[in-house]
Amino acid sequence: MYPYYESEWSVLPPELNRRFNPAFNMATIKQAVNEAIERVRMPTPMRLRDLIRQIRAARTAAEERSVVNKECAYIRSTFREEDSVWRCRNIAKLLYIHMLGYPAHFGQLECLKLIASSRFTDKRIGYLGAMLLLDERQDVHLLITNCLKNDLNSTTQFVVGLALCTLGAIASPEMARDLAVEVERLMKSPNAYIRKKAALCAFRIIKRVPELMEIFLPATRSLLSEKNHGVLITGVTLITEMCENSPDTLNHFKKIVPNLVRILKNLILAGYSPDHDVSGVSDPFLQVKILKLLRVLGRNDADASEAMNDILAQVATNTETSKNVGNTILYETVLSIMDIKSEGGLRVLAVNILGRFLLNNDKNIRYVALNTLLRTVHVDTSAVQRHRSTILECLKDPDISIRRRAMELSFALVNSQNIRTMMKELITFLEKADPEFKAHCSSSIVLSAERFAPNKRWHLDTLLKVLIGVSRFVCDVIKLSVTSYVLFTF
Amino acid sequence: MIKAILVFNNHGKPRLSKFYQYFPEDMQQQIIKETFQLVSKRDDNVCNFLEGGSLIGGSDYKLIYRHYATLYFVFCVDSSESELGILDLIQVFVETLDKCFENVCELDLIFHVDKVHYILNELVMGGMVLETNMTEILTRIEDQNKLEKQEAGIAAAPARAVSAVKNMNIPQQIKDIKLPDLPQAIKDLKF
Repeated sequence: MYPYYESEWSVLPPELNRRFNPAFNMATIKQAVNEAIERVRMPTPMRLRDLIRQIRAARTAAEERSVVNKECAYIRSTFREEDSVWRCRNIAKLLYIHMLGYPAHFGQLECLKLIASSRFTDKRIGYLGAMLLLDERQDVHLLITNCLKNDLNSTTQFVVGLALCTLGAIASPEMARDLAVEVERLMKSPNAYIRKKAALCAFRIIKRVPELMEIFLPATRSLLSEKNHGVLITGVTLITEMCENSPDTLNHFKKIVPNLVRILKNLILAGYSPDHDVSGVSDPFLQVKILKLLRVLGRNDADASEAMNDILAQVATNTETSKNVGNTILYETVLSIMDIKSEGGLRVLAVNILGRFLLNNDKNIRYVALNTLLRTVHVDTSAVQRHRSTILECLKDPDISIRRRAMELSFALVNSQNIRTMMKELITFLEKADPEFKAHCSSSIVLSAERFAPNKRWHLDTLLKVLIGVSRFVCDVIKLSVTSYVLFTF
Repeated sequence: MIKAILVFNNHGKPRLSKFYQYFPEDMQQQIIKETFQLVSKRDDNVCNFLEGGSLIGGSDYKLIYRHYATLYFVFCVDSSESELGILDLIQVFVETLDKCFENVCELDLIFHVDKVHYILNELVMGGMVLETNMTEILTRIEDQNKLEKQEAGIAAAPARAVSAVKNMNIPQQIKDIKLPDLPQAIKDLKF
């Protein structure tokens, strides 16, 4: 039908031929076809699931190692070939291999390539890999800083979330300096999901480079007027860190005590809220964080302590203690009461709570009670002395952690009035004690005996008993102490 | 601050390891081994706190753990964390896993260790508690999984073929294809 058309088109030179298209020529088509054939011919890399099955099927450690080595060699080869289609899958396998304890640092740069990809799937596994595999090498950190900067400006909240999470986990001082401004901007984001992550990122930045704290101060203050519990908890964490960092900031934040008291009060008075309820207590995690910050703010400050007395008393009396969460809050309250300049009545209440803890059936509660008594024994010895017999009883506990605490606490309680009875118990303990306790226990006995010995004969007796009790575990200090005592006294 | 979160089974096989402070690879493995040795020899009726791990931080650090069926969940923390609070946190972590995997068991952790990491990253960030509201954590995880699924829909199996076609720039090709001028061709038709 179109004779001119069929005869002419192929003979014209390309620039005059309207049907000739350089992008759609035979070479491109051939290449696409070849690639497709290549894909069919070349087996796709093993799936993570199959690798895990193979590893689990290995009967010996050697067999497992050979499976892993073979796969590692394969993964390395795909990295060399710059295979970007399966990079995501290969890194996922590498992370599994890493967890099993095989070297996997050769995947670091590949993780960075995944992070630079535009797909969320790639970024997600790339950032995970970066958090697990990256070491503190400078060059890699420089590369990742750029990616992070891009992603912190992304419009997808989850991409920003990934970047913040990674920065919060691996920030080096240089990264902290380079990205602090971005993080500060994100702390003011309208999205709570980003705000809470940015707050913890700021926490990490301040930990690495304390002098960067200044720029975060204004944004931090507004975090407390928040409704979202995630933002509140991270905000309180950040403020606590700032206060512990510098006395100036501590003074600056003194004025937020009423805000904290209000938040805490609302938590206690609030009815059941399914989102924040943990076995009948409203957001115990937030309560604990606030109690801890109150303790930092009220330390050595009569006014601030005065402002929080009431709420502490309220928490101490109103918390339901049938579950572990209740005791968690009570424990934190006791620590705060002991640390601030609280009223005498409140302190009595706190020590009584600890006394109840010591008699609790739950070993964990007994453990923290001993721990707290140990912290307060120097402030309020007489209150702790009342629980002496219970504490000595704990020396016989089957649990090594409790025995360790009880031993330390017992030594803190020794004085010239009770030295004879205490030493009798402690020497019995020493004879049966675990090897790791013997050195510490024996030297403490020697020191206490030196300080409070009622007479020389008793002192010498005690020293000899220690020598027998510890036999081969006796350390040089004790030998020296015993010999010098014997030499100089007799 | 939480220094490390380790999960291993009754035989010491690691199922999850997350360090919030940098340790070289071989050091990480030693820490896991030591922690397993310390924790596994304890009875179930003793307290859940343990001091004396020599590799990670020394005397300021504590191991706080819970033992569920075949798995140990161990958090290594410094003295600024409340011991009882961390026990509650482990409980929240495990309950979240349980909701996400519907009756979580060791196999779920083995085959979906990446998912476990993602959940953990919404719960704890950089060693500090980020969010303890389980519903919130699960919704965020669900949203991100949806995002991944969408991407898989576009670029599913023949990813490379798609990208090859993309490189050829089809829309432009179609525009570039020039048909003979039709009206003119009609006029030229001769019967």
